[in-house]
Amino acid sequence: MAYLVSHPDEVKVLSFRFGKGATDIDKYLELDGYTAVRKAIGLGAEGIIAEMKTSGLRGRGGAGFPTGLKWSFVPKQAQKPKYVLVNGDESEPGTCKDRLIFEHDPHSVIEGVIIAGLAIGSKMGFIYLRGEYRYLLKIMEKAIDDAYAKGFLGKNIFGSGLDFDVISHTGAGAYEVGEESALMESLEGKRGIPRIRPPFPAVVGLYGGPTIINNAETLASVPHIFRIGGAEYAKLGSERNGGTRLFCLSGNVAKPGVYELPMGYNLKKMIYEVGGGIPNGRSLKAVVPGGSSCPALLAKEIDIGMDFDQVGKAGSMLGSGGVVVLDDTVCMVEFALRTMKFYQHESCGWCIPCREGTDWLKKTLTRFHAGGGVAKDIDNIRYLAQNMLGRTFCPLGDAAAMPTIAFVDKFRKEFEDHLDGKPCPYAHQPEAALVGI
Amino acid sequence: MSTPINTIFSPALAARFDRLVTIYPMRRSALIPMLLYAQDEVGYLSEQVISEVAARIGITELDVRDVITYYSLMRTHPVGKYHVQVCTNISCMLRGGNELLAHCKHRLGIGNKETTPDKVFSLEEVECIGACSWAPAAQVNYDFHENLTPDSMDKVLADYRART
Repeated sequence: MAYLVSHPDEVKVLSFRFGKGATDIDKYLELDGYTAVRKAIGLGAEGIIAEMKTSGLRGRGGAGFPTGLKWSFVPKQAQKPKYVLVNGDESEPGTCKDRLIFEHDPHSVIEGVIIAGLAIGSKMGFIYLRGEYRYLLKIMEKAIDDAYAKGFLGKNIFGSGLDFDVISHTGAGAYEVGEESALMESLEGKRGIPRIRPPFPAVVGLYGGPTIINNAETLASVPHIFRIGGAEYAKLGSERNGGTRLFCLSGNVAKPGVYELPMGYNLKKMIYEVGGGIPNGRSLKAVVPGGSSCPALLAKEIDIGMDFDQVGKAGSMLGSGGVVVLDDTVCMVEFALRTMKFYQHESCGWCIPCREGTDWLKKTLTRFHAGGGVAKDIDNIRYLAQNMLGRTFCPLGDAAAMPTIAFVDKFRKEFEDHLDGKPCPYAHQPEAALVGI
Repeated sequence: MSTPINTIFSPALAARFDRLVTIYPMRRSALIPMLLYAQDEVGYLSEQVISEVAARIGITELDVRDVITYYSLMRTHPVGKYHVQVCTNISCMLRGGNELLAHCKHRLGIGNKETTPDKVFSLEEVECIGACSWAPAAQVNYDFHENLTPDSMDKVLADYRART
């Protein structure tokens, strides 16, 4: 079970039911549950999309695409059934927020799916959970059953004359499946290989039908937009970045945890005030601001607001909200290696630049960290990563390359310190060698 | 498509599978959950499991194997009764995930992806399991154990040992 934390700076919109027993449908109803969907039915499809656009909600999975706009891309008339897909394949290292939503407020996800369905004229939604989250699948299954029992799902929901079904579905361990088209392949019972786009999922998605796929946190935010109003929701955040989001603080920070903070909240404040600073008298070396695929920021670069635009301007990405804090004892070469080991393991192997690039980078970094590096390796690592950028069907190649380039550019001296067969100069780190996964 | 006669699954699981293939717009969508639930009951994806799942979905055994080899949670060989999966990805690494894995190896006397001779425990180093804010973390089968130390890990292992 995931632990809950609290801080006075938190603005609990999405998480206001956490810890209040809202997995129970009656409790959820008591806590303003299923009021948003009733309002949405009153607004109709165009009204829903307009409200979503007003809210300024941007995708919480990482790309930060405006959700209302994404929904508006689904054609009104379609020959095939339309679908709503919840991406709950949370697996970006540093990210553990969707877990809390499914664990504490599963009905908010269902409500979000129904509203999305109303917006695009879909009759069926799928909630895809990563395979490791089995206990959450049970929670989700019960929530869906309870919603059917109340008549919130199935035929003629809320007396609207509309039908809507929701199915929960389990994955089986694959980071790549968090990519939207790979997730559709997986849901169709296949290997999670990305699809070539265009056509985009809004036109040709799951089972060939127009599909909207959103991160679980994005869809769980939707009912709150209708509960408090799109304009009010937008005001909670910063310019062009509506609302709040769940930030997962982890790593070398005194009070790690998942905190709901306004979009645009200052990163330095997040680490030092919300997170209680760096423990053990150490100082800050770097921050990975949005999950492992986001380029690391140096300690001097963190006085920025945490929204998609400001973090982008600082040369990184807000990503999935996984804020990983590194103190001054961390060996950045080892950190780069561990990051690359992950991407090498998770590359689906479909595109050559990603499959070969991650493997070469892992091998080079492994040798380099072990003291077998030569000076030209440093530029080679950067060159290899640079050549992966933008050359793959899906963003996994970029996700591996971008942080690697930043590690070399920002911590070149640490790479140089590993040259000439010297042992890792940051030898505090466990010598428990990184055993091949 | 007629459902094959159930040969290896418990009646409850067979009934679940009978329903699972009907709920999706496409029968094959049931494949991944079906394989995982079969693995939970049988322990691994044996030849028999693959054969029967293929028949139930109406695809070839090769199609099934093609999927199995892609997903980390699927395995075609038995593991221990309690499969200990220690995360060493970045958030866990920063808080002692590597030491925790080394400790488990020492305590269980086995290496990565090995099983104890009594078949009670097996060990695997895994990628991020979504417990970053409660690192370091491990999963034993599907159960999460978080904010672990070598001492608390010992207690976790002892608790599972006591269940056997």
